[in-house]
Amino acid sequence: MSGAGTAPGGDLPGVTATGAERGRVLAERAAGGERLALARLLTEIENRTWAGEAALRMLYPRAGRAHLIGVTGAPGAGKSTLVAALVGEARKGGRAVAVLAVDPSSPITGGAILGDRVRMQSYAADSGVFIRSMAARGHAGGLATTSVAAAAVLDAAGFELVLIETVGTGQSEVEVAAIADTTVVVQAPEMGDEVQAIKAGLLEVADIVVVSKGDRPGAQRAASQLRAMLTVGAREDRAAAGRPRPKRPEVLLVSAVSGEGVVELLAALDRRFDREARAAGGADRPIDAQRLARAEAQLSGVLSERMADRLRDPRRAADLRAAARAVAAHEMDPYTAADRLLESL
Amino acid sequence: MADRPIKVLIAKPGLDGHDRGAKVLARGLRDEGFEVIYTGLRQTPEMVVSAALQEDVDVVGLSILSGAHMTLLPRIVAGLRTQGLDDVLVTAGGIIPDADVAALQEAGINRIFGPGTTIGQVAEYIRSNVRKADGE
Repeated sequence: MSGAGTAPGGDLPGVTATGAERGRVLAERAAGGERLALARLLTEIENRTWAGEAALRMLYPRAGRAHLIGVTGAPGAGKSTLVAALVGEARKGGRAVAVLAVDPSSPITGGAILGDRVRMQSYAADSGVFIRSMAARGHAGGLATTSVAAAAVLDAAGFELVLIETVGTGQSEVEVAAIADTTVVVQAPEMGDEVQAIKAGLLEVADIVVVSKGDRPGAQRAASQLRAMLTVGAREDRAAAGRPRPKRPEVLLVSAVSGEGVVELLAALDRRFDREARAAGGADRPIDAQRLARAEAQLSGVLSERMADRLRDPRRAADLRAAARAVAAHEMDPYTAADRLLESL
Repeated sequence: MADRPIKVLIAKPGLDGHDRGAKVLARGLRDEGFEVIYTGLRQTPEMVVSAALQEDVDVVGLSILSGAHMTLLPRIVAGLRTQGLDDVLVTAGGIIPDADVAALQEAGINRIFGPGTTIGQVAEYIRSNVRKADGE
């Protein structure tokens, strides 16, 4: 196989090796701007292959430059439409934008309808935009297990903004806040009363709350209510210093249809990211407390995934079964059994 | 990775606004365990090709009822090939006269499904003809 060119019939031209070697080639080409290599690499990541992992190891040092923006909210709140509007605005400034759009998988068949592109298709053929849909594949929390890795790949591929759109969430799927630099919660105007705004959960992790469909009657009012309720107690309480505090989000009214508020939203996002970078001393790879907390969350996620993988290793199946038998016979309690299995890893 | 889900792009190229069929198919394939990316109405060949590329799909299913299939479908196949996506299975459905089928197959559409095709038939065709697991 030649190193480049377009050999017909092949998988990716020039890529025939397996495992780590395939990962290395995909990583190099994806980082070099080859879109097909990027797409195929994301598939490897999604399928959790060795190639994907090898590529990620190579690319990780190059990631950390993009602004990762999480966009979350209830189904139908207007996430995809807002993302499309943001893409359009960022493109006016010539910035390269990637979108990672997660939709739910069927718990019954494993199938999925990934429909977020419908709102974004006008940017499909723009070479400065890369849109990728992901099925959650059984993962709860609003993302797919592999979303973090996919975002890192897009970051390393040189996209300045990476917009991560979650599954339509309920009140408490806050996972995206653990992977994004900035979390935008989209809230449709018909959100209920002020009590909804002070409930714990999704709104607490927002850096920016967007009241969508700003052209609708009641949108203005919803925005003021949210603003009033979310800024309660915004003054720092000295007695609470050091204790974890929910964020105090900005509330913005946006109408993606008329375009109203989109410029302001992008500006607010940029301001936040700049501030974060400055707070870290403007170093090449700023590490502030928030970033560190995110890294910790990611690390412990991978750690539990790895432990689970090792426990499910077929070579360990006998140990697991023996332990289960002991628990079933009440010879051993499940806690002791679990500890012993963990020690044997 | 034998059991990874098969990814299918369902696209409606051209100007007709009838996407009930495409949506029913998308839903049906979802129930068959496929991951279906639906792109909406009025897609240009370029949009379809870049969606197929970015999503790295195994199958592109084109629904067309406008009568422009002889113009649009070959352009999509050509675009896919230019981008290096020659291993993607391309199928079409909608209102396509029998007389055009041979020419479209000649142009690289792998299979044309006429009215009356069941979702089970489409799913079965995809499962037996999709590219084999790549790489590893």
